[in-house]
Amino acid sequence: MCLGIPGKVVEIRDDGPLRMARVDFGGVRKETCLAYVPDVVLGDYVIVHVGFAISKLDEEEALRTLELLRMIDDEGLAMELGSMADETVADSAVEPAAQPRTP
Amino acid sequence: MKYVDEYRNSEIARKLLDEIHHITTRPWALMEVCGGQTHTLVKQGIDEALPAGVRMIHGPGCPVCVTPLEQIDKALAIAARPDVIFTSYGDMLRVPGSTTDLLSLKARGADVRIVYSPLDAVRIAAANTDRQVVFFAIGFETTAPANAMAVYQAARLGLDNFTVLVSHVLVPPAMCAILESPSNRVQAFLAAGHVCAVMGWTEYEPIAERYHVPIVVTGFEPLDLLEGILMAIRQLESGRAVVENQYARAVRREGNREAQEAVFRVFEIGDRKWRGIGMIPSSGYHLRPEFARYDAEARFDVGTIHTAEHPACIAGQILQGTKTPLDCTAYGTLCSPQKPLGAPMVSAEGVCSAYHAAGRGLATPRAVPLHELARRQP
Repeated sequence: MCLGIPGKVVEIRDDGPLRMARVDFGGVRKETCLAYVPDVVLGDYVIVHVGFAISKLDEEEALRTLELLRMIDDEGLAMELGSMADETVADSAVEPAAQPRTP
Repeated sequence: MKYVDEYRNSEIARKLLDEIHHITTRPWALMEVCGGQTHTLVKQGIDEALPAGVRMIHGPGCPVCVTPLEQIDKALAIAARPDVIFTSYGDMLRVPGSTTDLLSLKARGADVRIVYSPLDAVRIAAANTDRQVVFFAIGFETTAPANAMAVYQAARLGLDNFTVLVSHVLVPPAMCAILESPSNRVQAFLAAGHVCAVMGWTEYEPIAERYHVPIVVTGFEPLDLLEGILMAIRQLESGRAVVENQYARAVRREGNREAQEAVFRVFEIGDRKWRGIGMIPSSGYHLRPEFARYDAEARFDVGTIHTAEHPACIAGQILQGTKTPLDCTAYGTLCSPQKPLGAPMVSAEGVCSAYHAAGRGLATPRAVPLHELARRQP
């Protein structure tokens, strides 16, 4: 129930007491209340909880996060190349989780 | 699906995991607050792929699990009345009360209906004015705006046959209760991204400062969780303790003002008992006095409730992070998703259910997309 899902606003109805929309979740469409995201327009992505959009997804921030995630490799490589000694220390201090810990 | 698939990229996941292994120099204990996060961590095997000594302690953020037994028993007593249509989110139906559950009651003829949105319950009330329609308003800050809107709309429509059985809980007081506990081992939190989408994170700033505990607002996809863990460990390793936002695409510092206004128009903060944990001061929402006529507890006299938990169930300790489902003698034997003894085995957000779905501690092997990550050397 608490799991929010991102979906795309494909239809908006402003004629009732509450601003409502059809939101598409990868092919599944649901009736969604837009009362809490008044600036949302057609084509926007929203996080939906129990039939209510609680947040509009920020495309710029989403791209920035992905960009940062992709950069980790380069940074990591630079760090590894630049601080071999640290890595040896780190490796001796932390055992890799070679196997799952569950029975 | 956009905003989902790109956060499940296994190549980036591996890089993040590498980085976590690279920067970690000592053992740390992190708590993911939300049950949705627990589910992803366990399903993907992320917790098992972390450096040895880095522990993920599963938090109490499963609303179904922490709804107190008294409230479940009250729900059962109200739902059993012939004049009542009892409406609820689907995952509450199989939560065991002291003697039965809502689904069994429905099988015996009670009018219990699953609703996707609380507005559906209002529609049912509008269409059945000769019956009493009760909605089980449970959840964390994420569902509160929806539940508040249902009460508000019922009032706007002048519906006299609609009431709500409220059992709302709040995250920050629970985090403080965990940190205050003498047995606490949590050193950093992954805060629940969607709770923060509603409430923002200003409430968490004094907690980070007071308890010197890093708090990272984190999303729910595998890359979100890995990045949240990385950010938290970076703070721990450098001795910092501030609130950071990993889930920037969905969460703003001030949260959703419109939703907050609606919540506080209908609800006020009060003490709340949590199943398995006990009373936590100022940890829940209650209806404001001006909405008292929509309170199911005031409308229906349910008599005295005598609660009784199943003796084999250790849900309380699991919810507090002091035990895991693998420490439970009933897990996978007496207790399963088909026959749950406690709420964490019922909900998709419950720890026991997440472990069971992943086949942990069971004879059946599980499919884990990130499993290989657990086996490779950092």
